[in-house]
Amino acid sequence: MRKISLDRINDLFAAIAAEFRLYLPVDTNGGARYEEWAEGKILSDELNTVRSAKDFFFPQTENLMDFKTEGKKIEIVDTRSETEDFVIFGVKACDVRSFDVLDRVFLAEPQDSFYKNRREHSLILSMACAKPHETCFCTTFGIDPSAPMGDIVCYKTEDALYMDAKTEKGAALLKKIESITVEDNGEAAEKQKKVIRERLEKLPLHNLTADRFGGDKTAEFFKAPEWKELSASCLGCGTCTFVCPTCQCYDIKDFNTGHGIKRFRCWDSCMYSEFTKMSAGQPRLTQLERFRQRFMHKLVYFPANNDGMFACVGCGRCLSKCPIQMNIVKVMKTLGKGEEKNV
Amino acid sequence: MQAVTREILINKAAELLGNGTVDRVFGWKKGEFSYDVTPALFTTREAMDADFVFGDFCGANFSKYLVAETRKEGKVLVFLKPCDTYSFNQLLTEHRFDREKVYVVGIPCSGMLDTVKIKAVAEGIASVEDNGDRVTVHSLFDGDVTVSRNDMLPDRCKNCKSKKHVAYDELIGEDGEVIDSGRFDEVEKLEKMTPDERFAFWQNELSRCIRCNACRDVCPACTCEKCVFDNPDSGVENKAAANSFEEKMFHIIRAFHVAGRCTDCGECSRVCPQHIPLHLLNRKFIKDINEFYGDYQAGAEVGSRAPLVNYTADDPEPAEAVERSHHDA
Repeated sequence: MRKISLDRINDLFAAIAAEFRLYLPVDTNGGARYEEWAEGKILSDELNTVRSAKDFFFPQTENLMDFKTEGKKIEIVDTRSETEDFVIFGVKACDVRSFDVLDRVFLAEPQDSFYKNRREHSLILSMACAKPHETCFCTTFGIDPSAPMGDIVCYKTEDALYMDAKTEKGAALLKKIESITVEDNGEAAEKQKKVIRERLEKLPLHNLTADRFGGDKTAEFFKAPEWKELSASCLGCGTCTFVCPTCQCYDIKDFNTGHGIKRFRCWDSCMYSEFTKMSAGQPRLTQLERFRQRFMHKLVYFPANNDGMFACVGCGRCLSKCPIQMNIVKVMKTLGKGEEKNV
Repeated sequence: MQAVTREILINKAAELLGNGTVDRVFGWKKGEFSYDVTPALFTTREAMDADFVFGDFCGANFSKYLVAETRKEGKVLVFLKPCDTYSFNQLLTEHRFDREKVYVVGIPCSGMLDTVKIKAVAEGIASVEDNGDRVTVHSLFDGDVTVSRNDMLPDRCKNCKSKKHVAYDELIGEDGEVIDSGRFDEVEKLEKMTPDERFAFWQNELSRCIRCNACRDVCPACTCEKCVFDNPDSGVENKAAANSFEEKMFHIIRAFHVAGRCTDCGECSRVCPQHIPLHLLNRKFIKDINEFYGDYQAGAEVGSRAPLVNYTADDPEPAEAVERSHHDA
């Protein structure tokens, strides 16, 4: 494990940025967000970013290809370019796990070459969550916020940053910054892990379980009467889906530039009235069906197709951001309790 | 602290359910934390005793829900805070719901707390206690933090425009007065900027937009059955920004669309996951309308004709309006 004191953290960022594009959470008047590091950018103290880290691999919009027309000729332009290696610093355990969820979708055959390109060129420096929030429930999905995955795991204490390489890529990066870091016996990190685990016990959602859900539960929950009340005041906006680190639905559209076409992909939301609209119309006619789709996907359909893996990482963003404060925790508690729900 | 308690509201609701005035109650349902309150329907006293809450985090404006609620059978009870009643009247003016199917109980409001501000003073919220002038935030790991209640109010409540209910069937507590608030101060600051500064301000704010449509979906002035931006046949249906100007287009077009109808309830800014001060766009329109055509408050009364849809011989010529706005800049 390597250590650098926090008053020299700028040197660390400068050293990494000399080799790679470096992104890290910084504060804005709209909360923390990832920005590319430059001299003067300060690492945010917020627990997590408003938007998730999925943006790095699955951006809100991207051009897939261009069509240029001249008379009757159509030229197809491949707009892909090889991504350079880049580093994302300070990714929390929940968001690191979300990459595994996204991989299941985008790296399954046929692989998404846009996504794959970015995944392969990334280096993840994850960060343990020293002080989880009341909205956190990553442990429900088997995630340990005191020991996130990633190429390098970081622990930030009051005066120092500790870095532990978990992959070859991570070890190579630590080697490169060896001159500005010192060897550490890992005691401080162990101490923080212990504190984090004690804090997890105190979280209000600590005992939330997903045991009642899984790939074989479609019949049990699809027609549950509770969906009506759960979805009753849903506005049908896309906030939950857009701040969610695992929501991965998108739409592909053509934009007429006047002298050709840009084919682009953009995030879509199952909460929207025109989502997956087909020639026969929108298959989910009311907000109840759209609302149900989102949670059934996370808790039933996704695990059915992905060896039991849930498509929620318990980051709590939807708990913070839903305009009507309806969210997956309320859904899980209402449906999961079954007969006991009115007790 | 709110002047009415949940018990008073539950008793009132139970009375109206019991005597057959209404058959359901639109209220606030408690959540996991002290602040995550969900708008919900109740039909029994037992359900209300179990889950009904009223307090500092009941900011949601229920008026828009009446568009859907009044399409159902029977009559619904709705509790409206003073600012909600302006949206109520505006929706009635636009014939968006059936007044006969609603029973309105007006309730006083001391301003609702801003969850974002609460979360900024302490990490990990265990609970929030309102002691009148002060609010104590009990945190999970760092003990208690006590702050001025006024500092925890969102802009819309800090600059509350009215404690007066402009619509109700029945009132709980004393009615208040229209307030001479400082709600245009921020707009004036923006007007005093140079066009470049102002452009940079909005560029910075609107660049955070993720086009979730929460502002539109919560807005009581946005009740089109099918929004043009959701209609694939409209040619402008778009889930993504085609260029860096697109987000500004969306918000500016929306502000134009609700100009003269926006009551300044502030729901757009409350729900924005990116904390974009969208209400400032609408307030600019309200301020301009006041200056060009005389003071006008949308929703103050049912059936009023907004200046933008009402011609009078005294209206300034468009060129004159443009000229005046240049003076402002």
